Amino acid sequence: MVEPPIFRKVVTGTQPNYLHPEYRSSVKRAPTRPLIVLPPTLSERTGPVFGQHTVGASDHDLTVQHAREPLGERIVVSGRLLDEGGKPVQGALIEVWQANAAGRYKHKMDQHQAPLDPNFSGFGRVLTDAEGRYRLVSIKPGAYPWRNHANAWRPAHIHFSIFGAGLLSRLVTQMYFPGDPLLAYDPIFNCIPDERAKQRLISTFDWENTLPEFALGYRFDIVLRGREATPMEE
Amino acid sequence: MSRLPTASQTVGPFFSIGLSALCRESIECAAEEGRRVTIRGRILDGDGEPVPDAVLEIWQIEDVAKQPEPGERNIERASLPFGFGRVATNESGEFQFSTKKPAARRDVDGAVHAPHLVVLVLMRGLLRHLLTRIYFAGEPANAEDSVLKLVPAERRQTLLAMAPSGSEDTLLWNIHLQGQRETVFFEA
Repeated sequence: MVEPPIFRKVVTGTQPNYLHPEYRSSVKRAPTRPLIVLPPTLSERTGPVFGQHTVGASDHDLTVQHAREPLGERIVVSGRLLDEGGKPVQGALIEVWQANAAGRYKHKMDQHQAPLDPNFSGFGRVLTDAEGRYRLVSIKPGAYPWRNHANAWRPAHIHFSIFGAGLLSRLVTQMYFPGDPLLAYDPIFNCIPDERAKQRLISTFDWENTLPEFALGYRFDIVLRGREATPMEE
Repeated sequence: MSRLPTASQTVGPFFSIGLSALCRESIECAAEEGRRVTIRGRILDGDGEPVPDAVLEIWQIEDVAKQPEPGERNIERASLPFGFGRVATNESGEFQFSTKKPAARRDVDGAVHAPHLVVLVLMRGLLRHLLTRIYFAGEPANAEDSVLKLVPAERRQTLLAMAPSGSEDTLLWNIHLQGQRETVFFEA
């Protein structure tokens, strides 16, 4: 068993604040008192380890879960999962979910007047390989309206949930698409103070992983909190 | 080479599409000893309104050495790792899960840790998830717990799961996101 990590401190500005009034839902849900700083304890240095049994052979392909293919622009989303030290995170569970090509989620609370697609559930899972790589096949999600502010639309995005090594590396985020004009108006995307950290949530067009006559490639690399560098490594 | 960690974004209102497949109300444990307890409660926002779209992830370590390596256990696909659970709130903001109450232990630095569960709180409106802990009311080791000692005395009760009179095995623990009884949240 590998020694559970002692994690590096979070760099100021690279993560959103809890309260971001432009995102209305944060106002009554963000904690108002300062967080209490924990010393490193094994309870947070360790975390669940998911095995191959968690993921089915075709769970990474959101276009093959039904009798027919979903409507929309086929995409391949791939990338590497690394830690802060640049080391690949292997065997990490990634869960994804997204709207269909019309911008509609298969969820009872989604009231958007756009059609559901009987051939698209919008959910996938994958484990990273020994080099920290993952690959998903899907369709490009549509933008959709929400009620945060006047004429508010969410930019197209895919939700990512990731379990790294240790509970403190747990990450839930959203991947966006390059060139989306809605990004400039989106309070969720714009909640991150650090401009570089924000821009890194936008995937890049990936010509090398674009499949001729089949699907466009997008690359989305993800970095999880990692262990404190030891003097030997520096 | 050093890289900045990817920024967090909210789990949003529709997380159940992606996360419900691994929701379980019963946490599997490696430990053979330990009393099975059910913990239930509600999540309330700053107006005292229930939060119907939250998901909790619960983690407890038992014996680090007993955590299986990937692929080690020949188990069915539906099984989750020992010590891990995930539950969503219902339309009334209520949640419930059961687990084996962990034992008190000493950390690698010798610090005393009373029995506790680690809880991650995710929901629409939270741009980052929250980290908190559940301790057990009446547990003698609480007085020595190195984390509880960091919490102002008047706020410690927000971390205690309480047994209503007449019930030893069902404990109540609510999360108040804001207000007088705001739950203690941690960072590390």
